[in-house]
Amino acid sequence: MQLWLIPIFPLAGFLLTGIFGRRLSKTVINSIAVGSVLLSFLWVLKTLAGLGDLQIAHTEQYFTWIQSGILNVGCDFTVDRLTAVMLLVVTGVGLLIHIYSIGYMAHEGGYYRFFSYMNLFMFFMLTLVLAANYLVMFVGWEGVGLCSYLLIGFYFDKQFATNAGNKAFIVNRIGDFGFSLAIYLIVVNFGSLDFGAVFSAAASKPESTLTAIALLLLVGACGKSAQIPLYVWLPDAMAGPTPVSALIHAATMVTAGVYMVARSAAIFTHAPAAMETVAVIGVATAFFAATIGLAQNDIKKVFAYSTVSQLGYMFLGAGVGAFSAGIYHLVTHAFFKALLFLGSGSVIHALSGEQDLRQMGGLRKKIPWTFWTMICASVAIAGVPPFAGFFSKDAILAAADRHAPWMYWVGVITAGMTAFYVFRAIFMAFFGEYRGKAHPHESPFVMVGPLAILALLSLGGGYFFKVPEFLAPIFPLASESGDIGPMAISIAFGLGGIALAWLFYVAKPELPDQVTATFGGLYKLIYNKYFVDEVYGAVVVNPVVAGSREVLWKGMDVAVIDGAVNGAGSVARKAGGLLKRLQSGNIRSYATWVLFGSVVLLLVLGVMGGLR
Amino acid sequence: MNPLDIVLAIPLVGFLVMLLVPRSAEKMIRLISLGFSLVAFIASLGLAIGFQTGLAAEQFSTDVVWIYSPNIHYHVSLDGLSLWLIILTTLLTPICILISWQSIKARSKEFFAFLLLLEFGLTGVFAAQDLFLFYVFWEISLVPMYFLIGIWGHERRIYAAVKFFLYTMAASVLMLTGIIYVYNHAHTFNYSDILAMLGNGRLHFNNTEQILLFLAFFVAFAVKVPIFPLHTWLPDAHVEAPTAGSVMLASVMLKMGTYGLLRFCLPMFPGAARACAPWIVVLAIIGIIYGALVAMVQPNMKKLVAYSSVSHLGFVVLGIFSFTQMGMDGAVYQMLNHGISTGALFVLVGYLYERRHSLAIADYGGVATPAPWLSTVFMITMLASIGLPLLNNFIGEFLVLQGSAQANFHWTIFATIGVILSACYMLWLYQRVFYGETPDEVRHHIFDLKPREWVAILPLIAMMVWMGVYSQSFLPAVRRTTAHILDQTQVNVQFQVKAPASRVEVAHAR
Repeated sequence: MQLWLIPIFPLAGFLLTGIFGRRLSKTVINSIAVGSVLLSFLWVLKTLAGLGDLQIAHTEQYFTWIQSGILNVGCDFTVDRLTAVMLLVVTGVGLLIHIYSIGYMAHEGGYYRFFSYMNLFMFFMLTLVLAANYLVMFVGWEGVGLCSYLLIGFYFDKQFATNAGNKAFIVNRIGDFGFSLAIYLIVVNFGSLDFGAVFSAAASKPESTLTAIALLLLVGACGKSAQIPLYVWLPDAMAGPTPVSALIHAATMVTAGVYMVARSAAIFTHAPAAMETVAVIGVATAFFAATIGLAQNDIKKVFAYSTVSQLGYMFLGAGVGAFSAGIYHLVTHAFFKALLFLGSGSVIHALSGEQDLRQMGGLRKKIPWTFWTMICASVAIAGVPPFAGFFSKDAILAAADRHAPWMYWVGVITAGMTAFYVFRAIFMAFFGEYRGKAHPHESPFVMVGPLAILALLSLGGGYFFKVPEFLAPIFPLASESGDIGPMAISIAFGLGGIALAWLFYVAKPELPDQVTATFGGLYKLIYNKYFVDEVYGAVVVNPVVAGSREVLWKGMDVAVIDGAVNGAGSVARKAGGLLKRLQSGNIRSYATWVLFGSVVLLLVLGVMGGLR
Repeated sequence: MNPLDIVLAIPLVGFLVMLLVPRSAEKMIRLISLGFSLVAFIASLGLAIGFQTGLAAEQFSTDVVWIYSPNIHYHVSLDGLSLWLIILTTLLTPICILISWQSIKARSKEFFAFLLLLEFGLTGVFAAQDLFLFYVFWEISLVPMYFLIGIWGHERRIYAAVKFFLYTMAASVLMLTGIIYVYNHAHTFNYSDILAMLGNGRLHFNNTEQILLFLAFFVAFAVKVPIFPLHTWLPDAHVEAPTAGSVMLASVMLKMGTYGLLRFCLPMFPGAARACAPWIVVLAIIGIIYGALVAMVQPNMKKLVAYSSVSHLGFVVLGIFSFTQMGMDGAVYQMLNHGISTGALFVLVGYLYERRHSLAIADYGGVATPAPWLSTVFMITMLASIGLPLLNNFIGEFLVLQGSAQANFHWTIFATIGVILSACYMLWLYQRVFYGETPDEVRHHIFDLKPREWVAILPLIAMMVWMGVYSQSFLPAVRRTTAHILDQTQVNVQFQVKAPASRVEVAHAR
């Protein structure tokens, strides 16, 4: 089916806009950048239509990439139902965001550079999901990280942007440290990296081996999907243009970790300890990030912490064995979170760059399209039935309840907080009186159009796309308990969160200040994100840098080793000086030395002879 | 004369012709040296085309007596290991001539002549199959580099040149001792004869002899690599050398060390090599992490790249002493990768120096605005250097780490830390030089790539992509040779060491 065409279109787009972009008009750049993603989307549709019901995976082998010893890694692509879901999300949402970007980036410098990076991202992301072995997956994995770095640092003359880019890349490298070690262990134990070969042999391997591999994979997933303790890069990543936040840091790239865990389900399910770790990390991240989201004033930061939190839900789903629920939430989250970001992008665009919620207010009349679409996304993420987030979150919470009730309860409380912080942002931005100084104006159709489509998907995406049923051949469905109690509780928490936000930010706007005054210390703690960045800086970064400079470089290298070398050099010079004195050119002194030497020689020989 | 002799002869003839050119003919000097180096490059491509990948034996062999007593032969030949290193040398020489086109103003005749002599020496090192001939080429390559640093270098050039010379000289005297000792027992310098005698037991070293001989050769090569803690000549030599000197030094001369380890240390003294392997691996891993950490805090661009070489070459040594097929394949691939990507880094740092006349990172910032293409090319090179997949270094690092994992997974865990750190020092370098607001001094001095500069850097970029995407063009030839070396280390092993029984299994290409 020529699967390779799917990623090749955006790659071609990247090369064209990257190399010739400066000489091309915006129209040409738009048609190349958007057109390549559109072609790729259409080719996905055609491929999936041609492949039938996909009960078994369809694999294509192109060429040998690396071959050495027992190892043979091919450049191979595969499509099964899991890949199909990912392909549709990536190309579908990716296409909408590319279209939106035409409007959003219209007045920015480096227009061609933006679109070439975006196309490159699409290439790597599609490679990641199409990969038929871990190493090709790693190509996509590292590649999307690169594009993330480039796009976070898009405004490269701003120090905070390039700092955020570096942070993203380096933290992801720490995750990749785990991923690559997992790959080495897989080769050592399985002799192959092909998904088919590895997964079919997984059941016969010792549990300790599988646990080690699964935990190392999890380290990688934690980096890419911003889970504790490697989540710190994602909030900073908002330094990039807003479409980037929507595409890379909400809808697609950050979900790669969830996809990888689901893809490796055959390994994880045979490693219960690793599964438990996935679930605990997921639920802890979901809760922890949601608390930070409660107190942020930057509209993008709110949604960034929300993304971290929602990714935690997906991990929770995977960790309790409900892989398809995790993927379900991945899909619905792609719709509503992309919409929330694009919507906030539209707000920022309308306010000429303002991101602070305290400088907004009353925007619902001024930018109604943005307002109504964002409302759709907000009800979806808050878990209000029958909108998208409700179905997927409910599937995860039901599975968590079966696995361990405490996880369910933490998840439900988090759901309440989610509803609260999202509606807090909505109420602060769109209700009350306008507090800023800019002149708000609605965004052009090229931006509003994608918002509308995403709004429809956020509303109906959960009901119409029954992802768990579709994935049933890969991840068997758990039997429904039929007990609607847990579902009712989580709905209640969601609605309660919305009501509380209404009370705080619309009905009684003086309440928030009273509450923060009462809980001053706690508020300060979450407002400053628990000071995690500061702790990492003080405990890891600064000691390593200072130690390298003072101890290793100036101490070890310059003082000890070079000191020894130079010392040996000067000893040699001094010895040379002494020897030089011997060569005085004076015959008599030579004779003296010869006599002296002979005496010593005789003495030595005599002593040695005597010893014998 | 077979093609290999021709490849060897061209730079030597070029060197001799250069001596006859009048000093004042500046343009002609450059054109002649470029011409000879290009012809040598094209001729070396002929070697690659004529090379039979399926053969493990030496190819393009010439063996004639050079000196009767002692019995020294002019014996050169090629295998998969030498082949790519020779092509690396012949590829980089014309690039070095191009990048020195304008930056070398004083004594240009000697400069370009020395570059050709250096090419001759390096090519000979990789081709020689006679221990004495090898030593001769080894020393020949040392001399022009000494002068390149000492005459055309920066402020502290004399200190750096002398340090470089003494370090390597002291070590190679040890190797000479070892060579003479071997000769006294084998009565020949001919390397294939020596290996045959070791194989059939007519030549035998007891354990102590083997360890001492191994160490004599090892130290000579270790200084060249350089292996921690013998590396401190490298940062000084790099910083003080002119750009072309840095490029040849990093890209090719360091490979003399790792080449020597693979070519001589392992096959001749397999028992000692295996016995010492755990210690050497520890030094290699220290080098990987230490080099990266020290690179991270350097205020000088060239020093940063120099310390990164210590880190990268640590991977090569790790791969060699993992005694696995993948580790050795990766090590050889990494030698080539480092030649390409670090060579390119030095070329680019040289471009920056020609514009701003400073190597201090603090003197830069915001270069991306006035020079977008230079920044892009630097970005690609940086990504290759930190091992991004689809660029060359990734495949080498992956194979080395995979090989070390087959041998001992703990090694892999520590060595992989180097992969994290490489991203740290490179990204910070890039941020400080290319990103941020552009100060006036930078805006006034920095301009984008000129056509001549494009011509010099593009082949390296193309190689990064080619070697990263389609390693099958290069690896099969390497694989045959490393499998052979691995076989040789299984014979005549007197030491019982805990090394993995690495069977030479080969998966088939699709």
